[in-house]
Amino acid sequence: MMADDPSVDARAAGSVVLSHTGGLHARPAIKLTKLARRFDCDIAIGVAAVGPWKDAKSIAQVLSMKVPVDTTLHLSASGPQARLALEAIIRLVESDFQGIETSEQSDA
Amino acid sequence: MSGNVGIVIVSHSADVARGTADMVRQMVGTEVPLAWCGGDPGGGLGTNVGAVVMAIQAAWSDRGVAILVDLGGAETNSEMAVEMLDPELRARVVVCNAPIVEGAVMAATEASGGSGLDAVRRAAEKLYPR
Repeated sequence: MMADDPSVDARAAGSVVLSHTGGLHARPAIKLTKLARRFDCDIAIGVAAVGPWKDAKSIAQVLSMKVPVDTTLHLSASGPQARLALEAIIRLVESDFQGIETSEQSDA
Repeated sequence: MSGNVGIVIVSHSADVARGTADMVRQMVGTEVPLAWCGGDPGGGLGTNVGAVVMAIQAAWSDRGVAILVDLGGAETNSEMAVEMLDPELRARVVVCNAPIVEGAVMAATEASGGSGLDAVRRAAEKLYPR
């Protein structure tokens, strides 16, 4: 019953295997958090489909999970653009965290 | 209000302060105003109030500035620097009770998303809740 219009309020859930060497350490965690913050919906992250859940927008909470490599990350979003947000985060993880610029713009 | 909360790093060591700022820039990005100070003019260890004031000015944001410090004098000199600011500005500067490196990265990550000063401070202080 999820609306297909990604701009409306919705719920979405999904999972993705974390294949990043070293797991969800500081740099990938920061990238994930920053990406999550671009969306207005609430985004929860956990290592099991039943939780416990952490706030994907909180860098302290995401880092505290200490997720090792080859873990399945479960994501759940509710609110505006929930599905878009989940797709973006899953793409980021699948791309080995290459999909978002963090810094080092060459205009410095 | 526009812009992001600024971050100031105050260490006794210029190397630590500069290195912490490097980590913030490379891990979080360039969208957060950032300044650091540390060491004494002779190249030794130390902190001084004037340098902290200048760093606060360099990283100034209307949203406020969060200061991360290492030990003793870095904290007291930072508090003195805050007291030297105009009262109107003073209310928008906080010294975080957090480890300098981790706190700076956490605070900058929070600030980069547009969060307010209270949220930035909480993020810095949340990594190792006392």
